[in-house]
Amino acid sequence: MEITVTVNGSTHTSDVEPRRLLVHHIRDDIGLTGTNVGCDTSSCGACTVLVDGESVKSCTMLAVQADGHEITTIEGLADGAVMHPVQAAFQEHHGLQCGYCTPGMVMAAVSLLAEQPDPTEQDVREGIEGNLCRCTGYHNIVKAVLSAAAGARS
Amino acid sequence: MTAVVGTRMVRKEDPELLTGEGRYVDDLVIPGARWLAMVRSPFAHARITGIDAADALALPGVEAVLTGADLRDAWAAPMPCAWPVTDDMKNPEHFPVALDKACYVGDIVAVVVAGSRYAAADAVGAVVVDYEPLEVVVDLEDALSDRVVIHDALGTNKSYDWALIPDQDAVDAAFASAVHTVEERYVQQRLIPAAMEPRGVAVVPQPHGGEYTVWAATQIPHILKVMLAATAGVPEHKLRVIAPSVGGGFGSKLDVYAEELITLAVARRLRVPARWTEGRSENAHATIQGRGQIQDMELAADANGKVTAVRVHLLADMGAYLQLVTPGIPLLGAFLYHGLYDVPAYSFTCTSVFTNKTPTDAYRGAGRPEATYAIERAMDALARKVGVGPDEIRRRNFIPTDAFPYSSVGGLVFDSGNYAPNLEKALDLVSWDERKADQAARRDAGDTVEVGLGISTYVEMCGLAPSRVLASLNYGAGGWESAQVRVLPTGTVQVVTGATPHGQGHETTWSMLVADKLGISTDDVEVLHSDTAISPVGMDTYGSRSLAVGGTAIVMAADQVIDKARAIAAHQLEVAEDDLEFTDGTFRVAGSPDKELSIQALAFQAFTAHNLPDGMEPNLQAGVTWDPPNFVFPFGTHIAVVEIDTETGVVELVDYIAVDDCGNQVNPLIVEGQVHGGIAQGVAQALWEEAVYDDEGNLKNPSLLDYLVPSAAELPSFTLDHTTTPSPTNPMGSKGIGEAGTIASTPAVMNAIADALSPYGITDIAMPATPERVWQAIQATKGAPA
Repeated sequence: MEITVTVNGSTHTSDVEPRRLLVHHIRDDIGLTGTNVGCDTSSCGACTVLVDGESVKSCTMLAVQADGHEITTIEGLADGAVMHPVQAAFQEHHGLQCGYCTPGMVMAAVSLLAEQPDPTEQDVREGIEGNLCRCTGYHNIVKAVLSAAAGARS
Repeated sequence: MTAVVGTRMVRKEDPELLTGEGRYVDDLVIPGARWLAMVRSPFAHARITGIDAADALALPGVEAVLTGADLRDAWAAPMPCAWPVTDDMKNPEHFPVALDKACYVGDIVAVVVAGSRYAAADAVGAVVVDYEPLEVVVDLEDALSDRVVIHDALGTNKSYDWALIPDQDAVDAAFASAVHTVEERYVQQRLIPAAMEPRGVAVVPQPHGGEYTVWAATQIPHILKVMLAATAGVPEHKLRVIAPSVGGGFGSKLDVYAEELITLAVARRLRVPARWTEGRSENAHATIQGRGQIQDMELAADANGKVTAVRVHLLADMGAYLQLVTPGIPLLGAFLYHGLYDVPAYSFTCTSVFTNKTPTDAYRGAGRPEATYAIERAMDALARKVGVGPDEIRRRNFIPTDAFPYSSVGGLVFDSGNYAPNLEKALDLVSWDERKADQAARRDAGDTVEVGLGISTYVEMCGLAPSRVLASLNYGAGGWESAQVRVLPTGTVQVVTGATPHGQGHETTWSMLVADKLGISTDDVEVLHSDTAISPVGMDTYGSRSLAVGGTAIVMAADQVIDKARAIAAHQLEVAEDDLEFTDGTFRVAGSPDKELSIQALAFQAFTAHNLPDGMEPNLQAGVTWDPPNFVFPFGTHIAVVEIDTETGVVELVDYIAVDDCGNQVNPLIVEGQVHGGIAQGVAQALWEEAVYDDEGNLKNPSLLDYLVPSAAELPSFTLDHTTTPSPTNPMGSKGIGEAGTIASTPAVMNAIADALSPYGITDIAMPATPERVWQAIQATKGAPA
């Protein structure tokens, strides 16, 4: 099937199998490999992207379902060489170690803060519970998200 | 330059990982690569009686289906086990693709080669394999009975017996005269390491040169190269192994896996690039698992609760085969079952058995979490018998500070320690007395939510390892690490390390060490690693060794660079070397401030080699390979606070305090991150995680839906502090911190649960302490507080 998706502002028209997962379309067809695959049950959130501004696990969506929609991946977040405030907060607070969950975690955090600009610690913990990290114990991720929220308000 | 060592410098690694520029194995674009998919046994124990690949081969894009027989001549040797712990250890012959029998669910029986990821996956189900199911052995004690023998050629399921009993008579005498004894059985359930990046491998051959580049999601590119050469029979100098960005390991990528060998063999045979990426449920079945031990733990003590002997016997689950260091894992704990207590008599024995389950191997802490769990749970049991608090029983038994360096009963020398003040700091931080008072008040008020406080103090041996000690344990390699420091002609610096980071931040930490040494900016240092063509010599990253061993090599190489630069400066400034002071990257002549040469200028002089001292080699660089004289012995106190809803059995971790001592910290930001992650993994063993097998050897929870890796919602923020007792073992005075959190946290949580349930007379819950288990235990006491 022919589909057209806009990814980070660029339009891509491709012929894809109906069963093709959006995450494989993004990674293997469009070549944006920042979005990772960590499981096969939509549990880990490593593949989280924004579809029309809402966070979506891109292993849970078919590429054909994204036809006509706008997708933002981790590659589309920074403004040139200037990282997005959530990305910068993750570095500042050591919210990543191996970095594998990080793109999905950052996208989930961006989506969370768009919905809840002034979250409590518990809001953040519950807001990112669909994204698993094995390295950080979440302590510094939560700190980073709260800091990014505070930075956006000030 | 202001010194950076000791500061909370943010990581150099982060921008690329935060913007999607990190390159993990599956991200690589490899033109023409064939995709592999593994046909795996659905039976835990079965004879393979036939394989029919015709239907699979008829599918579009499928190029080959290779069986164990097809690939038998691809192997120069069976899969490697580098740690034959005893001379008579039983080690079954094990090939990457099973020949006639599958021994666990997930054992590879055939390999599909196809043109795309999807085509390979489609074909797996079309390969028809005929199995003759055999009786299965899952339970460890059942395995020991040899009711069913898994490996016919061995004639038994027992792999080995191993003992560390310095003085049997002393142990017997201590138990004979003991006033108090403790006898406990603990079960270390199997755990799935679950690094967020599943494994992957890609091999690109150069058909006309006989050379292979292997990209692998591995902690050990250097060791993997040696083992690929030995097992696949590819000459080692024709192999280049690269670990690109690696998404966590925790020991699970410290191995040589069938899929790595198979991908190399397919690329070699078909003369095409080949690649494979693991699925998550495949990871649960086919990547090694951790723990898997039954521990029979005994203490003898005098009337005051002073421990006079420790006697422990382990029954350890090897799984179906021995992987790279499977048999050695229990031994990494063998010296630590007396914890940080001064114990004069000691007996450690271990029996290891094969079962029809996924092989076990190193998982974060590897042997030391198990040892710490047993002694820390047993110390609380002893405290109950003596009638003192868990803090007091520890104070009475700590190795005294003036005893360091301390020769342990097991034959180790603990390098440095100062245990009692560390405990007191943690007790202060958690407000121990106030919380115990609050606990009592809530109990008096009839609160149905029970509060529990649990202490775990720990010492561990890490910084693996002195090569001679490894030799005494029959380990098949050394424990050194290599480093090169090069000041380039234009004055910036390249550092090459044999350590292999996969989340630990070596690029940042090594830059800090070198920047301070040479008096330059960390921005002017680039750290190269994880590619055997760039860093040809290394022993990689595991066992909290990278800073203590690899960092020392870096510091020593930087010192040699400075020595060489000093000689050039003295020669060119025509002064004695002793007259030169080196500060902020510049050699100055004392009393003659105008006579100076920067390290950058000297690097250029060394590069041109126009005016060097007689006999000096050109270029300003040095290489060091360092073999540590000892392990390092970090220690600390962790305290968990839990609340248990006695009506539902739900355990909530409400507070967690960790006071660790890893000597001097190079980067506290990174140290704390290591502790946070370790705590989460150890807490998860206590509360949520277990690889559950049924009687037929099926793994019942192979996905992240039902294997409960915790999310942020299950965990609190942690309170961290530290004490600083420098190590005399290395020039930084630092000790490893990568595994400490995991080692300390599991017993802290379980001791807290036992404390919370003490009104019910409950002293133990099997791990993980699920709501059902806790609720059942409470119900068994008929719900009435005693």
